[in-house]
Amino acid sequence: MILKEFRELRRDRRTLGMLVMMPLLLLVIFGYAANFYVTSVKAAVVGPQASQVVALLQQQEQALGKQYFDIVVVEPTDTQADAEQLLQDNTVDVAFVTGGTPIVALVDGSNLFAAQSIVSVLNRAGDKVSTQVLYNPELKTSWVMVPAIIGLILTFIGTIITSIGLVKERESGTLEQLAVMPIKPSTVILGKITPYFLLASLDMVIITVLGMVLFDVPFNGSPFAFALGAALFLFVVLGLGVFISTISQTTGQAIQTAFFFLLPQILLSGMIFPLDAMAAGVRWIGYLLPLTYFTMISQGVMLRGASVASLWVPYLVLAVMAVVVFTGATLRFRRDLAPGRRRRKSSTTESEAQAVAS
Amino acid sequence: MTYGVRGATVRFGDRLALDDVTVEVPSGSVVAVVGGDGAGKSTLLRALVGEVVLDDGDVSAPGAEAIGYLTASAGSWAALTVQQNIDFVAGVYGVTGAALEARRSELLGRAGLADVSDRLSSQLSGGMRRKLGFSMVMVHRPELLVLDEPSTGVDPVSRIDLWRLVTQAAASGAAVLMSTTYLDEAERAASLVVLDRGRVLAQGSWDDVRASFTGTVTSGQGAVRPEWSWRRGRVVHEYWAEGEQPTGDVIAPDLEDVVIALSLVRRREAVPS
Repeated sequence: MILKEFRELRRDRRTLGMLVMMPLLLLVIFGYAANFYVTSVKAAVVGPQASQVVALLQQQEQALGKQYFDIVVVEPTDTQADAEQLLQDNTVDVAFVTGGTPIVALVDGSNLFAAQSIVSVLNRAGDKVSTQVLYNPELKTSWVMVPAIIGLILTFIGTIITSIGLVKERESGTLEQLAVMPIKPSTVILGKITPYFLLASLDMVIITVLGMVLFDVPFNGSPFAFALGAALFLFVVLGLGVFISTISQTTGQAIQTAFFFLLPQILLSGMIFPLDAMAAGVRWIGYLLPLTYFTMISQGVMLRGASVASLWVPYLVLAVMAVVVFTGATLRFRRDLAPGRRRRKSSTTESEAQAVAS
Repeated sequence: MTYGVRGATVRFGDRLALDDVTVEVPSGSVVAVVGGDGAGKSTLLRALVGEVVLDDGDVSAPGAEAIGYLTASAGSWAALTVQQNIDFVAGVYGVTGAALEARRSELLGRAGLADVSDRLSSQLSGGMRRKLGFSMVMVHRPELLVLDEPSTGVDPVSRIDLWRLVTQAAASGAAVLMSTTYLDEAERAASLVVLDRGRVLAQGSWDDVRASFTGTVTSGQGAVRPEWSWRRGRVVHEYWAEGEQPTGDVIAPDLEDVVIALSLVRRREAVPS
């Protein structure tokens, strides 16, 4: 029995891969990425005394021997409104507005861990600085989690549910039947994907409304901006689901593979551990994941009321991902449906071997 | 009209799945493909419907709108009812409205499924599910009907029903190519093709195949040469090539004997000396 189990396991490469990769993945993630402590934040200093305040901050940091505020904007002519715009555009995490007494520090509460860290640091300055947290004044975890959870749910439906739906068709043999019918591959793909797209969209609306009702999460931005980001993101995750279905013969295999795509998204997208706090060696993985960019959009639109223009980078990345992943995956799926149009492989594929054996 | 494949050769890597196979399927007749596991039956059928691309040879088949293809698996959507399955396929072929109503009623009536039209496909018995699958591929009155083991795993009564449906389809003008593991079904077909490891061992009507079979088959309690024998019920049958002196009672071989004997000869020839 034990020998049989080992023999089966040796041939089940996905489970074997999971056994080897999962501990390595978890070790890397929890070793390098699991860090809530933000060591550096982006800052802006505006107002007539901006230069003096910058000099003061740098002097204090030199005395302490570490640089905490990465000052990226110094604009003596800018006002508090300009500073708020910098926060809304996610250009900086904190903006110091000089010219009055005390100095006003505006903190972006939508970047929760950075905000908590900034508030903690500024509290040490006592009365010299008046700290105001924008977009999440009470620094509630639920306010930043709900927009991210929306993305996670879309990922779940897009990858796991979609891939299962498609693989079931293959498992039951009806995909082959569809392939022989006078129905275009593009029609089959569209027909299979549209229900998941609509269901995921409906789920997204429900979760968003529930999040707003149950946790008082604000929706400060434009619903169009949010919907655009969600639609792009959905195309990416649906594409992943279609891709998973093309490399899976059974529902079990599809779930296993989808899990490989899902886990890094949960842990490395900045949803749980802040990207800024991760070691550079694993942070780049986070920037390859679509959920990272959807979270930037959903948190930006819902909490900060950010515009499409100010979030152009995540929109652009998601658009490129959507085109590449969705097109690639549907072409692979189409190849299964229209074998006559594909060049024959030189080696035996799993499905073909099964067909010959029958 | 005659459909079929000519000189069909299909390779899957190093494996030769079909080796220069020619099969003709005339309209109005049933051609049965028989052979053991890995003989190439499914590959031949899939090649005819365009699901497998030939490495060599030609396929003659009508367009997708005139093909009805029943795969070896369920052939219907488990979470749809009998009627919904029929309606979905009919919709793909453009059969709608009153024409669909009439066709559905006719097909389900013939298949004995009229009373279970609201039942989910997953809740049907194996035989009923195959009859539903057959009804689905018949909905558009195909010119070429390709059935992959339609009766495998089906109870004897349902097998008779299915065979009746198949012959009715042929009688109405369809060219039918079906694979089967039941040799009694194959004997009843207008023409049969015996495949073994991708090659045609014999083909033609059962009378043609029987007439072209050379050698002798004997029946007895034991075998003189076990490598040339096979068990049939309580007795053992043995093949003797032309020129050999048979031992035991000489019998008239049925199709099962012919298929086994031809396969043994082929395998013997394939063994390098």
